[in-house]
Amino acid sequence: MKHLLTTQGLSKDDAILLLDTSAQMAATQSRENKKLPTLRGRTVVNLFYEDSTRTRISFETAAKRLSADVINFSAKGSSVSKGESLKDTALTLHAMGADAVVVRHWASGAAHQLAHAGWLDAAVLNAGDGMHQHPTQALLDAFTIRRHLVGRVGDDGRGADASVGADLAGLRIAIVGDVLHSRVARSNVYLLHTLGAEVTLVAPPTLVPVGVETWPCRVSYHLDETLEQWQPDAVMMLRVQRERMSGGSGAFFPSPMEYSRKFGFDARRLAVLPDHAIVMHPGPMNRGLEISAAAADHPRSVIVEQVANGVAVRMAALYLLLSGDIASTNSSTSSTSTSTSSSTDERTAL
Amino acid sequence: MHPGSRMPESSTTPGSTSETPSDTPSTAPGTAAARTVLGEADIARALTRIAHEIVERNKGAADLVLLGIPTRGVQLAERLAERLAQIEPAFSGEFGTLDVTMYRDDLRRQPTRAVGQTVLPGSLDGTIDDKVVVLVDDVLFSGRTIRAALDALNDLGRPRVVQLAALVDRGHRELPIRADYVGKNLPTSRSERVRVRLADVDGGADAVVISGAPTDSAATDFAGENAAPENAAPENDADERSAR
Amino acid sequence: MSTPSTTTYVLRGVRPYGTDPVDVVLADGVVAAIGAPGTVEVPEGAHEVAAQAAAQDGDSSGLVLLPGLVDLHTHLREPGREDAETVFSGTRAAAAGGFTAVHAMANTTPTQDTAGVVEQVYRLGQEAGWVDVHPVGAVTVGLDGEKLAELGAMADSAARVRVFSDDGKCVHDPVLMRRALEYVKAFDGVVAQHAQEPRLTEGAQMNEGVVSAQIGLTGWPAVAEESIIARDVLLAEHVGSRLHVCHLSTAGSVEIIRWAKGRGIDVTAEVTPHHLVLTDELARDYDPVFKVNPPLRTAADVEAVRAGLADGTIDIVATDHAPHPVEDKGCEWSSAAFGMTGLETALSVVQQTMVDTGRMTWADVARVLSQNPARIGRIDATQGRPIAVGEPANLTLVDAGATRAIDGRTQVTASDNTPFGGMELPGRVVATFLRGRATVLDGAVVDTTSSQSNSWNNAALEGAGR
Repeated sequence: MKHLLTTQGLSKDDAILLLDTSAQMAATQSRENKKLPTLRGRTVVNLFYEDSTRTRISFETAAKRLSADVINFSAKGSSVSKGESLKDTALTLHAMGADAVVVRHWASGAAHQLAHAGWLDAAVLNAGDGMHQHPTQALLDAFTIRRHLVGRVGDDGRGADASVGADLAGLRIAIVGDVLHSRVARSNVYLLHTLGAEVTLVAPPTLVPVGVETWPCRVSYHLDETLEQWQPDAVMMLRVQRERMSGGSGAFFPSPMEYSRKFGFDARRLAVLPDHAIVMHPGPMNRGLEISAAAADHPRSVIVEQVANGVAVRMAALYLLLSGDIASTNSSTSSTSTSTSSSTDERTAL
Repeated sequence: MHPGSRMPESSTTPGSTSETPSDTPSTAPGTAAARTVLGEADIARALTRIAHEIVERNKGAADLVLLGIPTRGVQLAERLAERLAQIEPAFSGEFGTLDVTMYRDDLRRQPTRAVGQTVLPGSLDGTIDDKVVVLVDDVLFSGRTIRAALDALNDLGRPRVVQLAALVDRGHRELPIRADYVGKNLPTSRSERVRVRLADVDGGADAVVISGAPTDSAATDFAGENAAPENAAPENDADERSAR
Repeated sequence: MSTPSTTTYVLRGVRPYGTDPVDVVLADGVVAAIGAPGTVEVPEGAHEVAAQAAAQDGDSSGLVLLPGLVDLHTHLREPGREDAETVFSGTRAAAAGGFTAVHAMANTTPTQDTAGVVEQVYRLGQEAGWVDVHPVGAVTVGLDGEKLAELGAMADSAARVRVFSDDGKCVHDPVLMRRALEYVKAFDGVVAQHAQEPRLTEGAQMNEGVVSAQIGLTGWPAVAEESIIARDVLLAEHVGSRLHVCHLSTAGSVEIIRWAKGRGIDVTAEVTPHHLVLTDELARDYDPVFKVNPPLRTAADVEAVRAGLADGTIDIVATDHAPHPVEDKGCEWSSAAFGMTGLETALSVVQQTMVDTGRMTWADVARVLSQNPARIGRIDATQGRPIAVGEPANLTLVDAGATRAIDGRTQVTASDNTPFGGMELPGRVVATFLRGRATVLDGAVVDTTSSQSNSWNNAALEGAGR
């Protein structure tokens, strides 16, 4: 894989490889010395057209933990906010010798264009493009779900992650909120489905896109019914942007109070879930709107852990995109036949 | 994350196995047939001897930590741990694994490798400080894997001593590294391929096998600690690559 | 308009409307003679046309003679965006595509909303001399949708405007639309509506449906087009006016037009070449060359507009030729301009989708690309005429047996943004004649024909004569 742009079309093998690599990266992050020499001499550019301090810091940390040089190229106060085109910025990064470009952009497809327009030859990692995709968010969500809900009983006490190699078969995940505008929802629907989980989207009909019927998931307009009757193993709350409700005749729901009553996650709804179920949120949260403080801070909330896992997942993505030699990553099928068995070997050996 | 980028089946490191399409001599000129140089019993005897040498050299098994280097080093470490536990009842029988992938010096020259797990024996409480670490690998070749292992170890803590056990030392070192415990020194040419087969990884019986392409040259390299590589460096590159 | 050519041409073995081969003689700006091959008296010194063209593939059976094509919907960009296209470059591209007349849309800068601006564009067309340029007048001042432009002044100007449109924007205010429909009746004008309900399409980037849901672009729902068309046909019926619907793109729109025509409403409809063949699946790679308004729709819509064109529900094919400079397309999809070029590929797309599939004859092509648009634009006294002796020699000769690879960079238009780049399309324009003068000959534009001072003088004279 040369780029990581979308979870749609990501193979199950690749998804599990990403999660397994994330697990190994996470293991190194509990050490005193968290830094690995792996990407020494490589340059990672964080190209952010949209403010997201959290995501940028997560990628920056990941790159630095792998010893890569990190250049932060933010739209604010730079030429990109003065009308410099995406193309010219890409040519600049190319001239600077960027090995990987982590791009966050308000326009859907910007990462795809950077990767495929021929402007630069760096690996492109999509850190969120418009309403389209945010693949590392979905991977860290899947990683968090796997850690909590798969294979914990098999923990051998030696610190090995017993969920390594596993998928999410049979798990039920509810994704609740503004699906229409959410790249997090789009990324998760495809990735979780690929990993074998069942997904139900829960939202008012105004926040479900026309055309959703081709997505590999169910859609419900009722949160309580979904929680009670479907009993999800994980509930993922999506951020509701305040501007979406204040559009007068264009508002997507009548009032924040009504939204909160019908789709907000709180302690009462948490109590309906199975005991093992976890609560997730990609952040930043609107406490009191889509999630109550009691639910967000509950022991079954894994929201803080999601942030920590984000670094490990982004380390894994950077490692897998940047460590191989280009020729073999792009073309090699020569060792395909041995590859699957080797990773199996690896696991059974441990 | 190309499927083809995962680890190959039979070897993990340039130092552990050599597989090359060759135009250079093999030990059996004119023939490409694989040759078994160690059988199941030979391997068992070698491991038992190494276990005794470890205990002897370290005057017991106190503070001893066995770390196998994936893939086959892990099985060998497990077998050594069993033997050590028999020789020294005080020894826990535990062993660990040390993945060196992220410390390798050839990451950009190879297809992407899957990262393996590093797991320390549970009794250590996550530290190797002041321990006697014995790294275990199947084949010692260029020494680059061990270099990476030493760096990886450095990030885990500060052992009192680090030693190296290898089932086979086939020579052709590229770094100033030597093994403390060797099952068998095997004179090889660079072009030959040395494979360690272990029942619990590969199926079948345990064996160490040498194979090489037919050739009209009869030169044999008695490779050992001091043997000079017979091939020039550029070919070495090809050698390492084809070993994948 | 421009002077009739003094050169006499003979077209040998060409097939009018795809029928049996004939020889055709063009002299003094008109069709001088038509007859079975070898039976026509050819004046001495006549320029043989078909011979060279046929020689290229050794077979003249594909040489189809059509009345010169008429585009009811062209963006020439001048004045204002001469970096994208000029009247000269755009009409030269039109000639290359087989056109002899184009209607230049009103969304220039300044807007074509006064007699002065439409006369400027008209004169630029005269000077260029490639095709007849008929400016379209804006319905509302500055295309703002708030106040009627001086429609009468534009109608009475030298440009004699008959088609009025805010194209690019919709005349969405129902009262304003009603007034416009009524007002243009006085001079037999027509309002050409860009049907796009603005509130339903705020921020819209592509067709709303399966693809937009997956790739995360804001949708442009079919209903935003269909609801305006439904309203407008009812308004036209109520006030007894003529309505033209620009670039309809959905199956629902075809149904509404079919219904309206069944009721006897005086409505005509157009479809673009790109909506006859391309679908929203092309947005998946985010290449803005496929960004257009109305957006590319689904395969079912493509089939519906083809059926509508074949059965006459849709009256014409119009290009919506919308050139843009590279920087307006080489950017994020959401930032990119809407539109694609079309003058040089329109005939080929119609041939591929309608003729080669057996759904239309070449006579039907002449109907939808020449006769009907000329009639709707009220220029049918000189354009869209039958191929007959004595008629103005506005003709297009196409080698239907040829195929060509499309490359935006080698097209005649000043912009590169063709959605057909890299594709092979059938048919090649061999020659185009504007009142007997060859603007395209042997497949290449005839640059020497444009003598600015001459055409200026003629334009001035003719303008004065009207």
